[in-house]
Amino acid sequence: MDNVTTVGHAHAHADHEHELPFWQRYVFSQDHKVIGIQYAITALLFLLLGFTLMMIMRWQLAYPSQPIPFIGGLFGDANAPGGIMLPEFYNQLGAMHGTIMVFLGVVPLAVGGFGNFVVPLQIGAPDMAFPRLNMASYWVYFVGGVVMLASFFAPGGAANSGWTSYVPLAVIATQGQTWWLIGMTCLITSSLLGAINFIVTMVQLRAPGLTWMRLPFFVWTQLVTAFLLLLAFPPLEAAAFLQLMDRLVGTSFFLPSGLVVSGQALEVSGGGSALLWQHLFWFLAHPEVYVLILPAMGIVAEIIANNTRKPLWGYRPMVYSVIFLGFMSFIVWAHHMFLTGMGTYISAFFQTTTMIISIPSVIILSALFISLYGGSIRFTTPMLFALGFLPMFGIGGLTGLPLAFAASDIHLHDTLYVIGHFHYVVAPGTIFALFAGIYYWFPKATGRKMNELLGKIHFWGSFIFMNGVFWPMLIQGLAGMNRRMYDGGIQYQHVQDVLQWNSVMSWSAWGLGLFQIFFIINFFRSIRNGEKTNNNPWEATTLEWQAPSPPPHGNFLSPPEVHRGPYEYSVPGAATDFTPQGQRS
Amino acid sequence: MEIPYTVDTRADTGLNNVKLGIWLFLASEVMLFGGLFSSYVLLRVGAEAGTWPQGAEILSIPLATFNTIVLIGSSVTMVMAWASLKLRDLFKYRLYMGTTVALALVFLIVKAFEYADKFSHHLYPSESTFLGIYFLITGLHGLHIVGGIIVNSYFLLPGVKMWHTAPERFTNRVEAAGLYWHFVDLVWIFLFPVLYLL
Repeated sequence: MDNVTTVGHAHAHADHEHELPFWQRYVFSQDHKVIGIQYAITALLFLLLGFTLMMIMRWQLAYPSQPIPFIGGLFGDANAPGGIMLPEFYNQLGAMHGTIMVFLGVVPLAVGGFGNFVVPLQIGAPDMAFPRLNMASYWVYFVGGVVMLASFFAPGGAANSGWTSYVPLAVIATQGQTWWLIGMTCLITSSLLGAINFIVTMVQLRAPGLTWMRLPFFVWTQLVTAFLLLLAFPPLEAAAFLQLMDRLVGTSFFLPSGLVVSGQALEVSGGGSALLWQHLFWFLAHPEVYVLILPAMGIVAEIIANNTRKPLWGYRPMVYSVIFLGFMSFIVWAHHMFLTGMGTYISAFFQTTTMIISIPSVIILSALFISLYGGSIRFTTPMLFALGFLPMFGIGGLTGLPLAFAASDIHLHDTLYVIGHFHYVVAPGTIFALFAGIYYWFPKATGRKMNELLGKIHFWGSFIFMNGVFWPMLIQGLAGMNRRMYDGGIQYQHVQDVLQWNSVMSWSAWGLGLFQIFFIINFFRSIRNGEKTNNNPWEATTLEWQAPSPPPHGNFLSPPEVHRGPYEYSVPGAATDFTPQGQRS
Repeated sequence: MEIPYTVDTRADTGLNNVKLGIWLFLASEVMLFGGLFSSYVLLRVGAEAGTWPQGAEILSIPLATFNTIVLIGSSVTMVMAWASLKLRDLFKYRLYMGTTVALALVFLIVKAFEYADKFSHHLYPSESTFLGIYFLITGLHGLHIVGGIIVNSYFLLPGVKMWHTAPERFTNRVEAAGLYWHFVDLVWIFLFPVLYLL
């Protein structure tokens, strides 16, 4: 069992680390592990904030025009006079919920957090290729987050034109929108710096012997994700510049001629195109969907292989699928725009590509399901979350098919069905995978395990209430309830039969919030008091478990070499049921 | 463990880290300017007949032609600067790099005159969508020139110290800066016909 590490001479770097002052070690650190943890903690806080905004909105949806209990007085007369939420404030919360969850929460956690912490370890690298760039990437993200938060205090409040910032509404919106655009520019820049760094790291810094087909699946997903960020984000940056020009300099890129606002003709030169924004936005935002889901699939694949004690079923098809998925995600964006009147030929094209892109997703999900077959499964907390991911992402994916057809999308477009669909992908899908990843790699980051009992309570509570929140959305949406309803739809005749679900969803959301407390307690308690573990508590094969827990500066005690594929579990004739990648035959 | 391939080439990829990094950065830049050029196309195609001006009616082709020559010249001197380092001739490197920076400044000064001329005729970005996109794309390109001047000046003055400690690494850095500079040049080569001539 001396396969874990060859404990070598203490490295010069370990001493070097102690010489650095506190602020260089933990604040302006260039170590990928510290930056990864900084990303993860910041992103978790933003996830909590984004979720809190939604919990406040859910009061208004379940009990329209009743004062928000307990905290209603905190928002001031401009937002909630007498504790009753105003529509303008509701719009701010909605726009910022989406923005925070996607751009400040999930992506930074999945890519900045897990990517930074895990990828260099899994490929046997001492650090990222450009440590200073890595630090810059985090701090630009941080500034972007601060700008977004500060926008709540701008005159007229935060951005309130939805997370999609559709024009012309966003151009004539209050000042918060300008802050939103500046914040987005920071976040885009941060993602670009990170993406370059990730690709160079994965291409150049793989340990000797770690060939492409020996890469853990998680690394593959991060590689494709980095390419998506690299190539899809710049057009949104271009779009943000165009919108900033419209708002600040008075151009009319997105303002068509003859626009009338509040009964008055808008004094602009006109001649712009509102559709242009949607094209540029969705050219980013559809690949962004895969930025959200691919790292999650990677995490789940790692955990399933580890806890079934079996190699992944169909590793190669999964790799080819994820590459194909990345490529296809660039040519499906206009399926968000079937109802814009862009033309039936264009709709037919994007409907076809959207059908095609579902194939690789199904291959990956099927391969993960089949991987379970015949395994002797360890039902650890990370495995529960990974298992929860599979059907939840399955529902999310399958509910997308009716939206992909231009004909059925006419009925479903802009209804709560859409909201239910993508939340199934991102919330019980991606976020479950992210939780799984936290429980799984926590021992590597801290040398201690998180508590299993609290973890299981967290899982079951979240699993039940997540479905309580999102399943009724599908029902309401099919009944024709529109999204972004300030009053929960009470004024509409055709949705009266499904209104009772509003309070079910709201109470589920608050219940979901309650169960996150188990996670928060577990997380902080385990840092100091968790059960101590060895370097490889899950008996896993990939390289990160060969490094000490927590890994020192420079990661490995001796330069790792790779001799085999990533998932050699239960190899007949082997001494143990796992054969680490770094072990010689 | 040190980070490998900061200077040497990795055998199976044929690259060092900096070179791959700069090419990836340029790929994202292609998408950024590609987004703006696509916007130009969509806006122009979508404009009402007769409302989109010919570039030459508003913009000065002689000035832009002069600037094109200046920028191509600076790309040549940039290559010469890098080649001089390869030939281990620091004096010539300084000469060529200095010329590159000087030419870039000439470009910006000409551009500033162009902008000032537009403003003096009350041709602001808000005047028409054509002027809007003209100012946005050339402005963004100008910012890239400014960025290039900052980087090249750094390698000309304080950064050159690295030549004495790690000459090969310094040469690689200048090469990366050169790749960026050629890209900025290339954007102008697209921008000039699209905005001024068509």
